[in-house]
Amino acid sequence: MSLEITDELLARHKLTRDEYAEIERILGRPPNLVELGIFSVMWSEHCSYKSSKLHLEKLPTEAPWVVCGPGENAGVVDIGDGLVAVFKMESHNHPSFIEPYQGAATGVGGILRDVFTMGARPVALLDALRFGDPNAPRMRHLVSGVVAGIGGYGNCVGVPTVGGECTFHRAYDGNILVNVMCVGIARADRVFYARAAGIGNPVVYIGAKTGRDGIHGATMASAEFSAEGAALRPTVQVGDPFTEKLLIEACLELMERDCIVAIQDMGAAGLTSSSFEMAARGGTGIELDLDAVPLREAGMTAYEIMLSESQERMLFVARAGREDEAFRICRKWGLDVAIVGRVTDTGRMVIRHRGAVVADLPVAPVSGASPVYDRPAAELVRPVPLVSESIRSPLSPPDALLRLLGCPDLASKRWIYEQYDWGVGADTVLPPGLGAAVVRVHGTRKALALTTDCTPRYCAADPRTGAAQAVAEAWRNLVAVGARPLAITNCLNFGNPERPAIMAQLKAAIEGMAEACRALDFPVVSGNVSLYNETDGRAILPTPEIGGLGLLEDVGELVRPDRAGPGDRLVLVGESRGWLGASLFLREILGREDGAPPPVDLAVERYNGSFVRAQMRAGRVRACQDLSDGGLAVALAELCLASGIGAQLEVPVSAAEEPGWLFGEDQARYLLAVRAEDLGALLADAARNGVLARAVGTLGGDALILGAHPPISLRELRRVNEAWLPSWMGEAV
Amino acid sequence: MRAAVITFPGSNCDRDLVVAMETCFGRPVARVWHADTELPPVDLVGLPGGFSWGDYLRCGAIAARAPIMAAVRRHVARGGYVLGICNGFQILTEAGLLPGALVRNRDLKFVCRPVRLLVANRNSSFTSAYGSEPITLPVAHHDGNYVIDPDGLARLEDEGRIAFRYLDNPNGSMADIAGVLDRSGRVLGMMPHPERAVDPLLGSEDGKPLFASLLAAIGG
Repeated sequence: MSLEITDELLARHKLTRDEYAEIERILGRPPNLVELGIFSVMWSEHCSYKSSKLHLEKLPTEAPWVVCGPGENAGVVDIGDGLVAVFKMESHNHPSFIEPYQGAATGVGGILRDVFTMGARPVALLDALRFGDPNAPRMRHLVSGVVAGIGGYGNCVGVPTVGGECTFHRAYDGNILVNVMCVGIARADRVFYARAAGIGNPVVYIGAKTGRDGIHGATMASAEFSAEGAALRPTVQVGDPFTEKLLIEACLELMERDCIVAIQDMGAAGLTSSSFEMAARGGTGIELDLDAVPLREAGMTAYEIMLSESQERMLFVARAGREDEAFRICRKWGLDVAIVGRVTDTGRMVIRHRGAVVADLPVAPVSGASPVYDRPAAELVRPVPLVSESIRSPLSPPDALLRLLGCPDLASKRWIYEQYDWGVGADTVLPPGLGAAVVRVHGTRKALALTTDCTPRYCAADPRTGAAQAVAEAWRNLVAVGARPLAITNCLNFGNPERPAIMAQLKAAIEGMAEACRALDFPVVSGNVSLYNETDGRAILPTPEIGGLGLLEDVGELVRPDRAGPGDRLVLVGESRGWLGASLFLREILGREDGAPPPVDLAVERYNGSFVRAQMRAGRVRACQDLSDGGLAVALAELCLASGIGAQLEVPVSAAEEPGWLFGEDQARYLLAVRAEDLGALLADAARNGVLARAVGTLGGDALILGAHPPISLRELRRVNEAWLPSWMGEAV
Repeated sequence: MRAAVITFPGSNCDRDLVVAMETCFGRPVARVWHADTELPPVDLVGLPGGFSWGDYLRCGAIAARAPIMAAVRRHVARGGYVLGICNGFQILTEAGLLPGALVRNRDLKFVCRPVRLLVANRNSSFTSAYGSEPITLPVAHHDGNYVIDPDGLARLEDEGRIAFRYLDNPNGSMADIAGVLDRSGRVLGMMPHPERAVDPLLGSEDGKPLFASLLAAIGG
């Protein structure tokens, strides 16, 4: 049965004529339809990273504490005492725009599987969400659907959702971002990899049955949107968190009972990618018998079975002799289980269905020889820096502060995180809403600090500086709670890489990220690339999202932002030059989005961070807040709201007329609350170490006072900060 | 005090409840599988929070018919104690061991936050160690809105079987009910999570007196 290769057929499989020619060259014959389908998903942007691979190689991925870097299902870092943290972030942008509840829910399901497939029990989820203009059509529906979907899935599986971000910009009107990060804990000697081994070992399918849902999800994730996006709805999968919960428990028990040689979740491209990846990493072949695959509906073709993206399924290579135990465990948890193949030494994937061989492909080229593109990149236009001193505010500082605290980006996200079970597991030490989240490592004194960060407006103005800033801010957020930053995962969300302007953003962002990771000893251990985030030719802001992980050796070292007390002195660490280019103040108060982002001096970032950590270890820091969006004034307001206490900020006379001192976004800065008796020693240490630190005020009372301006009551500050999101969602406040 | 915690498919606070009980009782807690037909010899059975059978059909409806629930009924009839938290409370109402029902929250959303509670009955085996001050415990549920017929409500009020009331009702429950006792006073169902409030690191230790009350009632 020979297949007629038409342009239409290739277009449907998102393959170019050149890519097709390469397929024929590899096979020495034309592929059949099943084989073409397999190539199409394995060589999709989503699975093959063909546009980004060349550039991703620039990222530093090693450190003494890195156990496993990119390339596996998730990154692994050593956290001491025989334990490792396993983590990764992934996007589910396109499905969430089409069908927000299921799109976001299955995003959570997918990243959970990436983590527990490595033998780790998932202990925390974070979500970085980027929505469009609040006034754009469907936006309330998208926000409420995405939040309900994340909650619906994470709450049911019993993994706390402890943090994340949520911001709004019109550039995401037609293409929202849903990036989900999952962190798990495993024993260092029990990390599982997806490397098929042991000729003759059974290949076992466990989990939900295979249906016709999500066929070609991976290729959908690799194409631009158009207004007909709604017609793609059948390719959005439906999640079943209950089955996922059973799958987590069953897989961890199978691992504990030594039943598994290799394991891989069936994520994008389902049975195809899981079988090919396990065989490729193990250097083996696999024979698959599709008649044994548990099916949800009769009459499914080999093409459909291989490309289905039904959720909550795993594929593992069982240890010979442990099959009965493996089956007993799967049945105990009420899951479908079937032997669907064997490991072979042929290096080929041989797939049988209804008595015939329906595909016979060499594993290595399908999995490893996908095309790699060095796509042309345009020259980046460097932003014209803004002269911050020339900026005058139409609002008084207290009014500007209230405006900022009530704007969509800074408004409290309580409406969102209260729909997430952030406390299940009884280890959430620092809950959402207070900066980095902190989760105790169960049964130990250790804790992990977790954060997601990116400032897309900086990345739009200057992708290189913006990406470096995202890494630096993640690092700073972890330092601010007393943690030692260990490593990051990332999610690179960009537009269509076939456009040179977009490719230039991607390249520059990776370079900036690489530089920051290297300077801060903060390597990338896992990640995900999401391209083609455009609708009708309009790209999103470049959004290289960073997920940072830090370690507290003893949870007693935790420094919380909500522990400032009356009489504590405020200390500003770092240099304030009043940088207003690309700032939130500029956008929200003056309606301008121009200027260059604040420069990121990584040496200073590291130096200031080390100083802050040393002061924390010396027990001099009662509470800490890092400075980012909205600068000093916003950081102070957040510290006051967290601790439920007012403050008097001393504004230097020279800065009285310029908003930069209060609202500038210079980097590498922290605001500390220090007991009055410790102030002298802290400032002396700073002077000795050449760190800029100055006392800028005192905590106390129930109002925030900026210099000589009228006080803002804490109650008013809180009201404004809490009001926006619920009232936008149409609820009584 | 001998205690056991039952795990249903989809339970996700079972470990947390075991840890809290072991911390507060100072001795190991048995774990029981939903498909078992007998309980070990215990004084107290814990039904944990979570999403048994995915909360499909109705929250707790399928778990209420699990094989182990027959053993739980016998345990109650024999004079044993039962603590159902969150999904465990829903299971107890579905099993008919407690009156009323838990329906979708008033705001139709999942709600997770610390809430202030009044200990409405401080004479029960579950609450005797509490003082008169309001306490703070976290809630985390989608279906915690307690409803009951007017006669049933009057009986609960008259017989002092409302154990906890919300001070800021998060879910629309009738009469601010957060936890109720059965007629024997040995079965308590509650939506808030005392097992998440036994460690100062997590912000509240107000769950501890509940376990201390049980220890006092049942004995070491």
